[in-house]
Amino acid sequence: MADKKTQKELEANYALPKSLRFKMMLRQSFEQGSWNFERMHNLGFAYIMAPAIAKLYSSKEDRASALKRHMEFFNTHPYVASPIFGVTMALEEAKSKGADIDDAAINGAKVGMMGPLAGVGDPIFWGTLRPIIGAFAATSFAQTGSILGPIIFFLAWNIIRYSFLWFTQEIGYREGTAITKDLSILQKFVYGSSILGMFIMGVLVPRWTTMHWAPIFSTTKTGSDVTKPFVSAMKKGVQTLTGDADWTNKAKALVDIKDKLGSFPGFATNSTMQDTMDKIVPGLGPLLLLFLTLWLIKKNVKPITIILGYFVLGVLLYVVGLLG
Amino acid sequence: MSLSIITIILILVIAFLSGVDGNLDSFQFQQPIVATSLIGIVAGHPKEGIMLGAALQLISLAWMNIGAAMSPDVSLMSVASGILMMKSANADGVLQMTQGQAVAAAIPIAVFGLFLKTMVRIGTLSIVHVADKYAEQGNIKGVENMHRVGMILTGLQTAVPAAALLAFPSSFMMNIINAMPSWLTNGLTVAAGLVVVVGYAMIINMMATADLWPFFALGFALSSLTELNLIQMGIVGVVLALIYLQLSPKFNGGSGNSNGGGASSGGELDAVLNDY
Repeated sequence: MADKKTQKELEANYALPKSLRFKMMLRQSFEQGSWNFERMHNLGFAYIMAPAIAKLYSSKEDRASALKRHMEFFNTHPYVASPIFGVTMALEEAKSKGADIDDAAINGAKVGMMGPLAGVGDPIFWGTLRPIIGAFAATSFAQTGSILGPIIFFLAWNIIRYSFLWFTQEIGYREGTAITKDLSILQKFVYGSSILGMFIMGVLVPRWTTMHWAPIFSTTKTGSDVTKPFVSAMKKGVQTLTGDADWTNKAKALVDIKDKLGSFPGFATNSTMQDTMDKIVPGLGPLLLLFLTLWLIKKNVKPITIILGYFVLGVLLYVVGLLG
Repeated sequence: MSLSIITIILILVIAFLSGVDGNLDSFQFQQPIVATSLIGIVAGHPKEGIMLGAALQLISLAWMNIGAAMSPDVSLMSVASGILMMKSANADGVLQMTQGQAVAAAIPIAVFGLFLKTMVRIGTLSIVHVADKYAEQGNIKGVENMHRVGMILTGLQTAVPAAALLAFPSSFMMNIINAMPSWLTNGLTVAAGLVVVVGYAMIINMMATADLWPFFALGFALSSLTELNLIQMGIVGVVLALIYLQLSPKFNGGSGNSNGGGASSGGELDAVLNDY
């Protein structure tokens, strides 16, 4: 009884009613609809936030600045983005009521959460759940042509997905609102989020950029000069084993063979430019490219020009064999 | 035996949904066990369609879009393999193409689909820039509609090649798909791996202040420790932030209000000052 009442009281404090939050949750299915090479899920994020923006802000200026801050770069696993939406809704609500939260802080919170959450979502949903449900439905039913296969796969996936989206968005919104109630905690949260955000970007830039320098620098020595002593040692060992030697010597020969096998030099291995660069500073390529991009942005080069330029550059570097 | 008009329309609807979901990765209409099965059902060969869907599902189990990386396009693969098989029906309605042949055709189609996806994701840039203009004006409807236009584009990404596959002879279409030069498809994949840096640069450009750059440097330095996954990195980041907040005078300065433990150092300082 008491719990119910507090729940109701809580609900009365929220500026975004449950029906609106539910509508936003439904919109989350469409997050990646306008995936693009510049800011990835940005327009999808703005699309999902749109009902809240319309509800919270009435002036054109406020709406414009809210839309613009959610048109910034965003990318994570599309389902685990759900708590981020919840928290962002709460931050927007606080901002609309006059709390001092700037654009960079809201985006800092988004970016700070997106990296670690993608680290949760990718292995769970793509790496585990989908292969398991898919393999189960395919091998148990669909392989024999049973319609149950597709039905079970589709229903199981979407029931899990929608439950997850709704519960985590609600948790994000509730906890986010609790944070925004106390001004000093809010300030700390906002600044802490930007710290987390910049740290995570530092981790993501080398990890989420694919850049592999292909040229082969050196090939480890192989061929007869390495294999000859190995083969002769093996020959000797086998002769001892099959010969008339006593058991002690045979056992010794076995141990020798075992040791020799462990030290077998193996076949040719190529050392590429990437291996060499990884020994100096891993991720140096993406970092330099990032600084070049930051410099170009500061020089007011349009992002679309940079993107098309990098596409041409990437294809060229592949064709001449520098990147692979 | 040719497919009826209604069947063709239904196949195109499935192709469209599959194309949209191939990008959304939400409802899973793009997965072969769903899309290929549906095509089999509307074409009147449910059993063969579902079985082909199951075979393709098992091939693509581990294909996933992690971070900014893109895997071969499941959407076009599911739809096109289904269409190829259904089109092979002879006058008596018996399918001439075996499941093995359909699966063999699937992989080059998926690679071709990835090429189309890359093109669509470049094309979507212009849609996003129009949305930027609407955002500037505070036009919520405009922004929403641009997102919907983007989704239509992703639907066409699979529906248009599906229509071409229905309209032209199978061998002719497969020749086109196989004729895609590998330097272009591979080169674009390599380039797509680099281009994502632009998005990172834009968000860093917006967030970065002088006192935040050290945290970026630390993240970069730790990034090569691949033993630490992103969750563990998140923990490191949160701890860093907590320690910083506890130690920074900015958040502990005595504003006069007592705000819990955080104010203790400021409080002490105030006490010392008061003593003087």
